[in-house]
Amino acid sequence: MKIRRFSLSVTIFWMGIFFLYGPMIMLVIYSFNASRMVQVWAGWSTRWYGELFRDAQLMSAVGRSLQIAFYSASTAVVIGILASVVMVRFRRFRGRTLFSGMITAPLVMPDVIIGLSMLLLFVAMAQSLGWPAQRGMLTIWLAHTTFCVAYSTVVISSRLREMDQSLEEAALDLGATPLKAFFLVTLPVISPAIISAWLLSFTLSLDDVVIASFVTGPGATTLPIEVFSQVKLGVSPKINALATIIIGVVSLVAFSSWLLFRKIDQRNRAAARMAAGH
Amino acid sequence: MAVTAGARRQQFQADHDQKKVLLSIRKVTKYFDEELAVDNVQLDILEGEIFALLGASGSGKSTLLRMLAGFEAPTEGKILLDGEDITDQPPYQRQINMMFQSYALFPHMTVEQNLAFGLKQDKLTKDVITERVERMLKLVHMEKYARRKPHQLSGGQRQRVALARSLAKQPKLLLLDEPMGALDKKLRTEMQLEVVDILESVGVTCVMVTHDQEEAMTMADRIAIMDQGFISQVGSPVDVYESPNSRMVAEFIGSVNLFDGRIIEDQEDHMVLQCADLDCPIYIGHGVTSGVDERNMLFALRPEKTLMTREQPEGEFNWSSGVVHDIAYLGGHTVYYVRLPSGKVVQSTLVNTERRAERPTWDDPVYVHWAGDSGVVLRS
Repeated sequence: MKIRRFSLSVTIFWMGIFFLYGPMIMLVIYSFNASRMVQVWAGWSTRWYGELFRDAQLMSAVGRSLQIAFYSASTAVVIGILASVVMVRFRRFRGRTLFSGMITAPLVMPDVIIGLSMLLLFVAMAQSLGWPAQRGMLTIWLAHTTFCVAYSTVVISSRLREMDQSLEEAALDLGATPLKAFFLVTLPVISPAIISAWLLSFTLSLDDVVIASFVTGPGATTLPIEVFSQVKLGVSPKINALATIIIGVVSLVAFSSWLLFRKIDQRNRAAARMAAGH
Repeated sequence: MAVTAGARRQQFQADHDQKKVLLSIRKVTKYFDEELAVDNVQLDILEGEIFALLGASGSGKSTLLRMLAGFEAPTEGKILLDGEDITDQPPYQRQINMMFQSYALFPHMTVEQNLAFGLKQDKLTKDVITERVERMLKLVHMEKYARRKPHQLSGGQRQRVALARSLAKQPKLLLLDEPMGALDKKLRTEMQLEVVDILESVGVTCVMVTHDQEEAMTMADRIAIMDQGFISQVGSPVDVYESPNSRMVAEFIGSVNLFDGRIIEDQEDHMVLQCADLDCPIYIGHGVTSGVDERNMLFALRPEKTLMTREQPEGEFNWSSGVVHDIAYLGGHTVYYVRLPSGKVVQSTLVNTERRAERPTWDDPVYVHWAGDSGVVLRS
């Protein structure tokens, strides 16, 4: 009885694991396929990794995407901090509900609508103001910042709301001006939320294909768009290689941050034990 | 340590008149929207004293403290520190520091950095800051913990750090917000005396807010009882306990037996009250000084000022018969709840000086009596 229940739960566990990770494992294995045909196995090879790094077009798309993701995430976090302070710390003002609603609206807005409306806006601006003259990296950056602000504001404002407000009062009480109190106390205290908001925005920007394909222009192809257009012509094993590298990097980052957090946690617990039994 | 605090209190009484006023709260009123939080408060805090604002939650004591710190602005009135009007000064310009109820230690800084924070804002030199931080650590016996982060400290240690941080800038006035609120009972008693010792050695003037009367009476030289934004009474712990000026104060501090009485005799040296709940009239060793048209009075009698006996007391005043209704044995003393013939229940405290002495038990007939100067007459 006991054994049967055990084996059933183990079966379900492995089925779940396979369901989640099976496709990825397939992809990793096929990235080492020697054959040009994706479906045909022709022995192990790292040939496609070499091809990948020789593909200048793909590589420049990777660089461009990382650049756009970096700038969008950074801008979105700065705007997110400002918006959070206004929403959480300011006294009630007229239109506050409208403001917080507008900030978070892109969370529920379909990407197609955001992309299309951005495109219309940029076209209208180019015609009337002459800026931005051409669609490209600048417009993608602006568009990505717009929807990343929604996510980063949600993350940062919830941390700011939880923060003990007497910390800021203590800083003022000890002689710091409000601006100094913000930089010396508030920012460090909410820094974990700022980091996660940045990482989230970075990932969202790197991942986005819909909005980017609306607002992109000549010579500003991001990685997802590039991959998409290459796949349309038939899946190249190079894409498998690229995906494997991305999976590897993401797993490494996730694993090392887990290790780091565990280490910090252990150190804190040890210190707490020491303090308790001093 | 309790003795030193007591001695200091006497000393304080002696030169009460010579001390100058450090903080003057002049007719301060605070409204939150339409709601009255602080009602026309007028207070003078003397240099070097520990002053407690005592009241239930919602009595406005915390709002008053926050106005002193500068986190709230009074709707009306002025606050003067050392003769200077600070009503419109922001918190970071006032020479007032506060110890917060949650301690508000900066979690990302070590103990040392927490203490140095205020000094750095004053742009002091590095040597001065290091020296001052060391002195403060020594003052609160936390030298060993200088490099710890706040979350690595126990509750009592955090409190010491918070106290040291608020004293580091050598403020003219120290504010304590529920200083023992976050500690357990045993640690609380210990820290109360230690904090008083530290404040005494620094000689800082201190205003504290608390809802715990024991804390206020242990630590403070003077206490103000606040109720609904208004200050009901200001005085030494002895004053507010032994001579409450209203029913609210008498009931708020300690326990009290209250009797409704009617004046039947009022002379210069004594008065007699007739009380329906008691077997015989109440005799009081003084008269009511101010001219009183009102004949109905309230007689307040503390449980420990009564005596409970099995024999009927002599005389025709100040006693009543009853039966023991309930007994609360508390170790050091026992509280007897005696039901009078009228049905009213009176508390009487007995100090347990003997081990396992023969005492009245449930439903025993007893007599409760008291001396002519034991109680206080209040306007009802």
